[in-house]
Amino acid sequence: MSFLVDSVIMFTSQVLFFGFGWLFFMRQLFKDYEVRQYVVQVVFSVTFAFSCTMFELIIFEILGALSSSSRYFHWKLNLYVILLVLIFVVPFYIGYFVVSNIRLLQKQRLLFACMVWFTFMYFFWKLGDPFPILSPKHGILSIEQLISRVGVIGVTLMALLSGFGAVNCPYTYMSYFLRNVTDSDILALERRLLQTMDMIVSKKKRIAMTRRQMFQRGEDQNKQTRFWEMIKSVTSTQTGSENLSQIQQEVDALEELSRQLFLETVDLHATKERIEYSKTFQGKYFNFLGYFFSIYCVWKIFMATINIVFDRVGKTDPVTRGIEITVNYLGIQFDVKFWSQHISFILVGIIIVTSIRGLLITLTKFFYAISSSKSSNVIVLVLAQIMGMYFVSSVLLMRMSMPLEYRSIVTEVLGELQFNFYHRWFDVIFLVSALSSILFLYLAHKQAPEKHMAL
Amino acid sequence: MATLDRVKILVLGDSGVGKSSLVHLLCQNQVLGNPSWTVGCSVDVRIHDYKEGTPDEKTFYIELWDVGGSVGSASSIKSTRAVFYNSVNGIVLVHDLTNKKSSQNLYRWTLEAIYKDSSPTGIIVSNGEYDREQFVENPLPLLLIGTKFDQIPENKRNEVLTRTAFLSEDFNAEEINLDCTNPKYLAAGTTNAVKLSRFYDKVIEKRYFTKDPSQMAGFTDRKRFNFKSLHYD
Repeated sequence: MSFLVDSVIMFTSQVLFFGFGWLFFMRQLFKDYEVRQYVVQVVFSVTFAFSCTMFELIIFEILGALSSSSRYFHWKLNLYVILLVLIFVVPFYIGYFVVSNIRLLQKQRLLFACMVWFTFMYFFWKLGDPFPILSPKHGILSIEQLISRVGVIGVTLMALLSGFGAVNCPYTYMSYFLRNVTDSDILALERRLLQTMDMIVSKKKRIAMTRRQMFQRGEDQNKQTRFWEMIKSVTSTQTGSENLSQIQQEVDALEELSRQLFLETVDLHATKERIEYSKTFQGKYFNFLGYFFSIYCVWKIFMATINIVFDRVGKTDPVTRGIEITVNYLGIQFDVKFWSQHISFILVGIIIVTSIRGLLITLTKFFYAISSSKSSNVIVLVLAQIMGMYFVSSVLLMRMSMPLEYRSIVTEVLGELQFNFYHRWFDVIFLVSALSSILFLYLAHKQAPEKHMAL
Repeated sequence: MATLDRVKILVLGDSGVGKSSLVHLLCQNQVLGNPSWTVGCSVDVRIHDYKEGTPDEKTFYIELWDVGGSVGSASSIKSTRAVFYNSVNGIVLVHDLTNKKSSQNLYRWTLEAIYKDSSPTGIIVSNGEYDREQFVENPLPLLLIGTKFDQIPENKRNEVLTRTAFLSEDFNAEEINLDCTNPKYLAAGTTNAVKLSRFYDKVIEKRYFTKDPSQMAGFTDRKRFNFKSLHYD
């Protein structure tokens, strides 16, 4: 009986998540495009719904809601479904839509989509070889095989995003890094842009006029039959066309210049808006936060280095350790079990909410930046794939943040993976990503004022 | 070779509808082989004989300014784009016949270009509720072009054509439906070619042959400074 009630609760919550994913898709992602293939929207919402259900199950685990056996059952079910979606459904549809975009292969879309999928499966399988993620006693078709590979990809993504985010966040928040842009700078650049456009226009006018005159002269010449007149017309057209190709080359160069100037002007406008934003109250608040985040970022990089150098893996989670410290050093006595449950619930809850929100915002920004009407379907599916893998690996890594008694369900369901490997891998990629982001941002920052000065 | 007078026509529309292919077809009479994203603005020039065949015949340069981007772009991109909207004499609105959203976004595009409003708010809403008066008063000649005509299946043609008829009524503009990869739609003597020619004539007339003084000052000044000194007129 209780199993039925639990299942109903789970199902209702899944429908709710599905609805939320649907709305997000319609209102945010596909705001400027028309949804022609509803399959894409359904697949995206399904991935989102099942990922959120996993988080929900963790929360239920901590709170002790629902009966233990039904929780276990739903964990397994959810995991199978999500793996099915991430490994079979989404890659197949990505292949299908990519193939649809290429005109040559239109006729046999299904065949080529299947071929793409098999290639994907091959590389996906090969991915597991260089990593020590499995104990040898697992069979070929066990669920651990699939999860371990999904975990590797997801953890890499998480670490890359975290590393870049940890560095980029203080860089964008703090106004210390904002270049000084005045109105006259922008006006000067705009004037240059328009001058370039004018030059392009005048050259194109010359080309058009020369062509027209050649055409008219050519017509007149057809009426005459004198031999030397024809020779004259040939030579004059030749110099005409040589002239044309030279002007055309100049036009190409100018067009390239106009594109660069346009991008630089956009950059200046964006910086100016950020400067104005930083003067508002919200801007000041974010600036303040930026200082905190920069300290946090430095600390995280430091911890990642220590973990790698000293080959250290934390045994206890921060909640229990925090409580131990308070109890032992500060002498405050309180009910460890009760508080650890509540605090881990809050901590895990915050981690989940911020990671979902952060990921959705990043995905939206990314989507706006690179999508066009042709590729929007493919990009959304790729984002759904990333989202699914990201969430699965968050569950993997979250294990470390939970006290021992709650870790058991994750360990039980996901099988005997080498969790320590994932944490080590996360630290390595995080470090690499953070350091290269620092380098990249430093170079970009350095280069911009120099470009500016060259005007 | 005497310098001819010029008119400037903007070509607006969503990203991917085929503006660059269209402009190439109109100016070079050739199909564009490798269309790629337009960054910023690309201009092309066409020579047009105003009132061809009459004693008043005069030749003009027609500049087609193809502005890239989408209505949902960041405000920094919109502020930069606004630089191209000065001293405009006519607008060609391009939409994709297979994509309804691109037609709906045309209202926002017109607002952005005519009123140089960087945040077109809910005056024009995509439900079809809009302010018709805005477009009736608007003195700029408009032309509506629908692309990818060949990609509409036969049974849907009527529905699409009715929809575009409503659209052209809203904008008080002529409409042309074509496929940018096929020059036959604009071949000399077809209705489309005649409509196009009439549009060019209308733009030239509005710019050079109207005695209306308010039209001169209307779209050449900007809030920041006057660009007139940079153009030769």
